[in-house]
Amino acid sequence: MIHAENVNFSYHTDESVLKAVCLKEEAGHCIALLGNNGVGKSTFLKCFNRILRPDSGTVLVENLNISKASRKEIALTLAYVEQHTSSGRLTVYDTVLLGRKPHMKMTPSEEDYAVVDNAIERLHLTDLKLRYTDELSGGELQKVMLARALAQQPKVLLLDEPTASLDIYNQHEVMKIAAGIASEDNMTVIIVIHDLNLALKYCDRFLLMHDGKSFDYGDVSVITSENIKAVYGVNAVITEVDGNKIVIVK
Amino acid sequence: MPEDKMRRGLEYRSFVRKKIYFLIFLFLFTIVVFLLAIALGSSSVSLGRVLRTLFGHGEKKDSIIILSIRLPRAVTAIAAGFGLGIVGCVMQSVLRNPLASASTIGVSQGAAFGAAFAIIALGGGMMSAGSTGAQLNVNNPVVTTLCAFFFAMVSTIFVLCLSRFREINASTLVLAGVALSSLFSAGTTLLEYFADDVRVAAVVYWTFGDLGSTFWKEIIVMGTVVVFAAIYFQLNSWNYNAMQGGEETAKGLGVKTQSTILCSMVVGSFTAAVIVSYIGIISFVGLIAPHLVRKFVGSDYRYLLPAAGLAGANLLLVSDLLSRLIISPIVLPIGAITSILGAPIFLWIILKRGRH
Repeated sequence: MIHAENVNFSYHTDESVLKAVCLKEEAGHCIALLGNNGVGKSTFLKCFNRILRPDSGTVLVENLNISKASRKEIALTLAYVEQHTSSGRLTVYDTVLLGRKPHMKMTPSEEDYAVVDNAIERLHLTDLKLRYTDELSGGELQKVMLARALAQQPKVLLLDEPTASLDIYNQHEVMKIAAGIASEDNMTVIIVIHDLNLALKYCDRFLLMHDGKSFDYGDVSVITSENIKAVYGVNAVITEVDGNKIVIVK
Repeated sequence: MPEDKMRRGLEYRSFVRKKIYFLIFLFLFTIVVFLLAIALGSSSVSLGRVLRTLFGHGEKKDSIIILSIRLPRAVTAIAAGFGLGIVGCVMQSVLRNPLASASTIGVSQGAAFGAAFAIIALGGGMMSAGSTGAQLNVNNPVVTTLCAFFFAMVSTIFVLCLSRFREINASTLVLAGVALSSLFSAGTTLLEYFADDVRVAAVVYWTFGDLGSTFWKEIIVMGTVVVFAAIYFQLNSWNYNAMQGGEETAKGLGVKTQSTILCSMVVGSFTAAVIVSYIGIISFVGLIAPHLVRKFVGSDYRYLLPAAGLAGANLLLVSDLLSRLIISPIVLPIGAITSILGAPIFLWIILKRGRH
């Protein structure tokens, strides 16, 4: 279970970026963080694994108090894939093996290799495993980062705009994998995403953020024309295609 | 199933084994160059005689040439080259900057100023006959090294503060290093201006870089520092791997990034300061050694670090050989040779980056 309560954060200026943001959810859900640019979605995500330390408020993940936990404890509980990602001139296998860093000492164990092999197979990266990551396409690289996060065997997976700058095919591939991880591994996946329709197709919980605050939270029922108008400032209609809700901006 | 377990990571492990073979090859190559560095010179000694002498069965004349002059020189080249190689490698990792090294970000120049300050103002050194025609004996190595370390740290802290700003890129950081180097060179010039002739000559000869001014006592100190730095860096190799993805990714993987960056830079600066205070400024070795081996071992720091160290040792051994052979029996300053070899490679790295 994750429980963020009254999380406040400000950068060096006096203006608060996050104002008492709350989020509570059981494991196994794929949560979309939605809202305009600069509303504090990525900042909130970074407060989860203490890349940024909140000014006040608490974040609990499976009873681990993130503000008091060690870096290693946090890495054993939460995996994070940042927005603009790279891994230098490492092979795909090396990069995924890095996900085992919080678990291993100096050299990888047989179990580490087994976990890495599974993550690579699951994301269909077997043919690429000895390729250098700086030779991969954006979609392939994003899958490598997801495999690394899987190899970390966390309880919560944090993804910051994983579909940014990907083509439509890869956007759906990445989101399908993320949603699959949540349901099959009973893991909480929190995704910062701008595409409402991608979020509606693959996520089952939605946190709408506005002006640094949590505006509304819940299942697909919170995605309404009124909420979209209030959060994004655009007029939109919600319709259904093949049983899936879609948002069309007027 | 055990059989299934055996297959885990098999392809990867055989891929990694190639890197280990490369390291073994580099190590053996270093031994060959080391023996050549001992054998060749103004008076050449055959490899057989070199080996006999090293194992204690040589003639008296060979023993004097090899054990008293060439062996300390070659061991100094290995220790200093290995040290500069791994320091450059680590600085490139923690600053996320392929152009970083002790000499390009002003750490060596800061150390040189500190050592010059100790020699001139605190009476830390004196002149005597040496391999480049004159040589500096450091009377008070502790004071000289501490002064070198202090000013190396001034450069380090300045560079660390600069690299905190996101808009500072690789080239800007090197430009900042150029500015720092100029500042410390100006400081050294001012020190020399107010010093007497003997001390000025001492500092000038010393800044040329000289592998012949170290004796076993200094080599043991330098070697110990380099070994400890190598162990510390190797223990952090997974952290350096994680930091290639950026500081946030590294934090997400459990790396204490701030302390890793700070401790690595302090250990690196101290190692560079010790090397500079004993043999002067050796440019480019730390910068180019990691780039020379990256093609073979990639950026996996578990293998890149020892490979960069061995490449640095080879660069310094070859430079030393050239410095002694080009217009033998005159020994050219080693700092000039490494710069002549290193400058074109440095330009190649910049051009290659530009194309990307």
